[in-house]
Amino acid sequence: MSSIDRMPGRAGHRGALLVLAYPSVMLGIFLVLPFCILIALSFYYRVPGGTYEPAFVLDNFTNLAKAFFINNTVHTLSVAGTVAVLAVALAFPFTYRLTRLPRRKQIPWLIFVLGVLALSEVIIGFSWSVLLSRTAGVSNIPVWLGLMERPMSFTPSGTAMLLGLTYLAFPYTVLVLYPPLSRLDPSLAEAARTMGASPLRAFFTVIVPVSRPAILAALIMVFVFTLGAYVIPQVLGRPQHWTLAVHITDQALARANVPMAAAMSLALLAASLLLIAVTAAVGKSRRAAP
Amino acid sequence: MNRALGRLYFGLMAAMLLAPLVVVTGVSLNERRRLLFPPEGFSLQWYGALFRDSAWLNAVTNSLSIATLAALAACSIALPVAYALWRYRLFYVRVLFGLGIAPFILPPVITALGYLIFWTQTGQYGQFWAVVISHGIFLVTLPLITISLGFETIDSAYTEAATTMGADERTVFRTVILPMVLPYIVSGYAFAFVISLNEYIIAYMVAGFTVETLPIKVFNALRYGYTPVMAAVSVVFIGVSFAIFGLVAKFGDLPKLLGAWSPREE
Repeated sequence: MSSIDRMPGRAGHRGALLVLAYPSVMLGIFLVLPFCILIALSFYYRVPGGTYEPAFVLDNFTNLAKAFFINNTVHTLSVAGTVAVLAVALAFPFTYRLTRLPRRKQIPWLIFVLGVLALSEVIIGFSWSVLLSRTAGVSNIPVWLGLMERPMSFTPSGTAMLLGLTYLAFPYTVLVLYPPLSRLDPSLAEAARTMGASPLRAFFTVIVPVSRPAILAALIMVFVFTLGAYVIPQVLGRPQHWTLAVHITDQALARANVPMAAAMSLALLAASLLLIAVTAAVGKSRRAAP
Repeated sequence: MNRALGRLYFGLMAAMLLAPLVVVTGVSLNERRRLLFPPEGFSLQWYGALFRDSAWLNAVTNSLSIATLAALAACSIALPVAYALWRYRLFYVRVLFGLGIAPFILPPVITALGYLIFWTQTGQYGQFWAVVISHGIFLVTLPLITISLGFETIDSAYTEAATTMGADERTVFRTVILPMVLPYIVSGYAFAFVISLNEYIIAYMVAGFTVETLPIKVFNALRYGYTPVMAAVSVVFIGVSFAIFGLVAKFGDLPKLLGAWSPREE
């Protein structure tokens, strides 16, 4: 803000260039360049047998139109959509309650949520596969209570994968919802209560509607986040449940078809960027509103 | 009634978040080599095995050194960008900021594939340093956000005072600005460190077959044969993550770092 104008010297652009030389070089070489190569490679010709050579062919993109890829994209999008809805629906009330706690009491919960967020996808996949297994899983509880005859396994299956992905997305969703919800005016809920609404009713008729932009933004962020899941579909799902991220890696490493993997990842990139642009537009229109 | 319902829901979600941690801890305490939950017997031998088995120890060392260096690289890139964002009104700075944020928001498999190709083309595929740099760039986002937040808290009265007393830009930066943003640099470092420790796909695509990090080792163990050591090592790493976030909260304002409204700002 105004601090910029009050800084000493106002050395101008030369100072800025000096400061930015090192980050520009690093980001230029190790971020922009790899992305440019990725784009270039998606047009390369794939030599059957595993290598590729420079060319300008559109085969990799026309291959995207094949049934396998289209079905896979539809599957991945529906998985990410389901997980986004589940995670936001579950995390919204949780986050709202969290932000209503006194700040000091929020801190241990935030550490907890961050700790879970940092859990490696590998560890999450492993522990859910234990929880859902026949020998060591949750189905042993009803057996123990005499409600079920013998324990059963729930993994690998599509449901197990959805469960694991929702777990993966939950702490991320909490952190995406945390800033907007912690800024909600507490007098909103109070006003609803004074007018005679029960807390539950106040939550659904006042808090949820005013948070609509935050909810939409969270849905999209979680959607893109879930698109990237790689380990959990492999550990908790069967091959027919694999998402695009798994197939991209599979193409690049197991099938040694890097140009095809590049084209697939560019399609994923385009979809993600489109969704992020929508989020940004929603955020902007919200700020413009009085 | 309603209040109890809210409390119940909160508790239920917390229990769900906790469940895998309980399972992993339980499994790691098994006496025998089998995967049992609840554990049978009680033994800490798998924690001991972790320090005796050179393959696991090697994975732990790899992960820790990569995370230490990658977080350093991320902070070294993020600090000048965050400073310039606060100091200069330039479109180019916004572009750099956007670049720094991008890889973390996009599905990481895209970045991972980009690096696989890049390091193969430059002949550095499978090298330790390739993983460090890839992680360093991928994680720039975290210190970039925390340090930018730190610059926003600087009261311009301090920098003005320093200038009035005759300090040049460099001195102001070193003696006034840097001490004020240091806590934000440290928390950015901590976030990047923890995420690097647990990151799988980029490390796998850059050097999965030569530099085995801990998540890679755990995933391989998961696919090619179970051993309770993987549970023990997971517990150690979960402990490390919690300890680091605990330290960040102790020395910094965690709600504020995560974007909560701060009473002092208004």
